[in-house]
Amino acid sequence: MGAQLRVYKRRIRSVTATKKITKAMEMISASRIVKAQRAVAASTPYADELTRAVTAVATRSNAKHPLTTENPQATKAAVLLITADRGLAGGYSTNAIKQAVALAAKLRDEGKDVVTYIVGRKGVSYYNFRNLQVAGSWTGFSDKPTYGDAKTVAGDLIEAFTAETGGVDEIHLVSTKFESMLTQTAVDARLLPLKLDEVELSDESKAKNEIFPLYDFEPSAEGVLDALLPRYVESRIYNALLQSAASEHAARRRAMKSATDNAGELIKSLTRLANSARQAEITQEISEIVGGANALADASRGSE
Amino acid sequence: MAELHVELVAADRKVWSGAATIVVARTASGDTGIMPGHTPVLSVLESGPVTIRTTDGGTVLAAVHGGFISFADNKLSILAEVAELADEIDIARAQRALENAQSELDAHAERRAEVRLVAARGLKAHA
Repeated sequence: MGAQLRVYKRRIRSVTATKKITKAMEMISASRIVKAQRAVAASTPYADELTRAVTAVATRSNAKHPLTTENPQATKAAVLLITADRGLAGGYSTNAIKQAVALAAKLRDEGKDVVTYIVGRKGVSYYNFRNLQVAGSWTGFSDKPTYGDAKTVAGDLIEAFTAETGGVDEIHLVSTKFESMLTQTAVDARLLPLKLDEVELSDESKAKNEIFPLYDFEPSAEGVLDALLPRYVESRIYNALLQSAASEHAARRRAMKSATDNAGELIKSLTRLANSARQAEITQEISEIVGGANALADASRGSE
Repeated sequence: MAELHVELVAADRKVWSGAATIVVARTASGDTGIMPGHTPVLSVLESGPVTIRTTDGGTVLAAVHGGFISFADNKLSILAEVAELADEIDIARAQRALENAQSELDAHAERRAEVRLVAARGLKAHA
């Protein structure tokens, strides 16, 4: 076998191995999207009931709460950025990071200091590599978040928000919304202080349009609000984590699908090249044999 | 017989739903029983067992940690951060968790484990 042919054969073997890996990753992600979507669906009854209850309290009482009070002279804003723990997910983490950077620039233009909180190793390494300040980070659950994870994140954020001194005045959330298997968009939204007239149910209808019965609040409207609002923040973060996880899997599936397709293309063109190299080798051998025979024939004719 | 519709929802799943005649839950001000036609109420739950008497005479017991109940239009929603049905609870594991909590002096974990045990044993007593 000629040297060139051997090189082609080796490259085909290596690309085939890569293709097997990307194909496997694609199929794993495809099955995880379904699971992640099911997790989003399973969390909606809780989120909806909670939203309804929060709206009911807000409309039926004038209770003021630290989590809903807006600071007119806001000077410090926090951004919670949700990214992936692992790469090979196309532009998933990059898009979320870009959105967060743009949001931070916008907040700085408004004259606010920006501190960043990050979920996911990709975001952490992006910020660390550029020597940007990270106020807090959580890693290790981006592809399968639990409610406990959301609770941990929410606890730290609420603490930062309600701190007497050096606390933040508002908290923004940058996550990736799972719109369909093909479309996931990085979005930002203000998490705190809560705007109660803007809470939405999962079917996008405003909860405000509902007429609420006259609830008895126990122990009191303030007490209920005290217990409800942190839960509501947790549930918002939980939902964002779940949506982001589903988006991560979808982005990874798409990236791995195109990697598999590209590997297929590469194998095809390498096979063509290998074939023509083999043909060229055969042609060369034949012409060498023919040339040799002719030379022999000429030489023997000359000696006669 | 009058009945009310009950939804027991945890943060990550729907635990139980169905028709019931009375639901007893531990709220901030003590055990509260809710029957059909109760006035609309929204109250904060403590860690504690929730007892649901179903219309067919059965009893559903669950251990609930944190959350609240809201009742309106004969529909009762029990929202809990963590909720486990009594028959899902592993008594041996809950017992171990209780011992761990006691040795670590973690009052919250101890309370959670106790509630789990109460719910699981309560179910045995009914059976």
